[in-house]
Amino acid sequence: MSLLDFFYKRKVSSDYAKDRLKLLLVSDRANCSPDVMEQIKNDIIEVISRYMEIDASGLDIQITQTESQEGNGSVPALFANIPIKDVRSKTIK
Amino acid sequence: MCEVIVITSGKGGVGKTTTSANIGTGLAQLRKKVVLVDTDIGLRNLDVVMGLENRIVYNLVDVVEGTCRYRQALIKDKNTPNLFLLPSAQTKDKSAVTPEQMKKLVEELKEEFDYVILDCPAGIEQGFQNAIAAADRALVVTTPEVSSIRDADRIIGLLESNSICKIDLIVNRIRMDMVKRGEMMSIDDVVEILAIDLIGAIPDDESIVISTNQGQPLVGDDSLAGKAYMNICKRVIGENVEFLDLTDSGFLKRLSRLFKKS
Repeated sequence: MSLLDFFYKRKVSSDYAKDRLKLLLVSDRANCSPDVMEQIKNDIIEVISRYMEIDASGLDIQITQTESQEGNGSVPALFANIPIKDVRSKTIK
Repeated sequence: MCEVIVITSGKGGVGKTTTSANIGTGLAQLRKKVVLVDTDIGLRNLDVVMGLENRIVYNLVDVVEGTCRYRQALIKDKNTPNLFLLPSAQTKDKSAVTPEQMKKLVEELKEEFDYVILDCPAGIEQGFQNAIAAADRALVVTTPEVSSIRDADRIIGLLESNSICKIDLIVNRIRMDMVKRGEMMSIDDVVEILAIDLIGAIPDDESIVISTNQGQPLVGDDSLAGKAYMNICKRVIGENVEFLDLTDSGFLKRLSRLFKKS
C-alpha cells in the first residue's frame, strides 16, 4: 500500500463493475449497434467538415453518462471528440 | 385467483432452477396449491433439484402433443402437500412447444392451482418466449456480477415489451463479506442499476449446495438462505416482511461453524 493510497480512497473493484455496467447498459438500452454509431460518426464528419477541416480518423464518439442539468442523477449523453486540423480553412467564403 | 409467475434471468447458472424449486415449495408450505412447470425442454433439471427425477412418467411435451392429460404428467412432491411438478422433456428440443401451446396449457392449470411457477431456460430464444407467453408476473434472478446484471437488464426490457409489467428482482449469491470490502456490488447497487423493485436477496450459502445434493429445497429451514427464500414467498403472496440482515453469512458465521464441527 503506497502512501498515496493511504490518503486517497482506493478505487475498489465493485466501483469498476458499477462504472462498466452503467456505460454498457446505456449503449445496450439505446440499442445503438456499431453500424448505427458508424453512421452517426459519418454524419457528424460531414456536417462539421462544411465549416472546418477536421481529422476524420481521430474522431471518436461514444455514449456515456453525465450529470443532468436538473441535478437529478445521471443521464445518457453522446460524447464526441473531434480533432480540428484547421479552423480557418473553410470559413464562410 | 391464480397467479402465473415466470422465473427468469437471461444468463445461465445464476440460480433460476434453485429459486423456482424453493419458491414453489415455500408457497406450498404457506398452504397455496402450487404447480412447478419446467419449461427448459432438452435440459431438464428442476426434477433433480426437487428430488423427483425417479418418478417421471410423462412430460411437458407429451401433454402438449396430447399423448396424455396434464394430470397424468403431474408429479406429487414427496414432502410438501399441495405441490406438484410438471417435468420437461429431456430428449426433445425447444421448438417442440410453441408459445400458443404453453398459453393453452397454463389456462388449464390456472383452473386448479393458486400459483403456476414457470422455470424459464437461459437465453432469449424460443424457450424464453414459451415461458413468458403465459406469465402474469416475473421474478428476475441475478447475481452481483457484470455479465449477469447486463443480461438481466436485457430480459427486463424484453419482459416489458411483452407487456409483463409486474417485474421483481431477486439478487442471488450475495456475499456480504465481499460487499463490505468493496469487492462485490451491494444489493443497493444492483437495484439502482436495474431500476426495478427488489423482492429479496439470497446469500451465497453452503446450505444451498447441500440441499441441491439431497434434492430437497431448503426454504423455511433455519439457514439464512432458507429464511431469505421464505421471506420472498411471503412477499409474493402480498405480506409485508422486513428484509433480512445477511451480514452473518460471512466470516463470523464460518468461524462459529468451524467451532461447532470440532
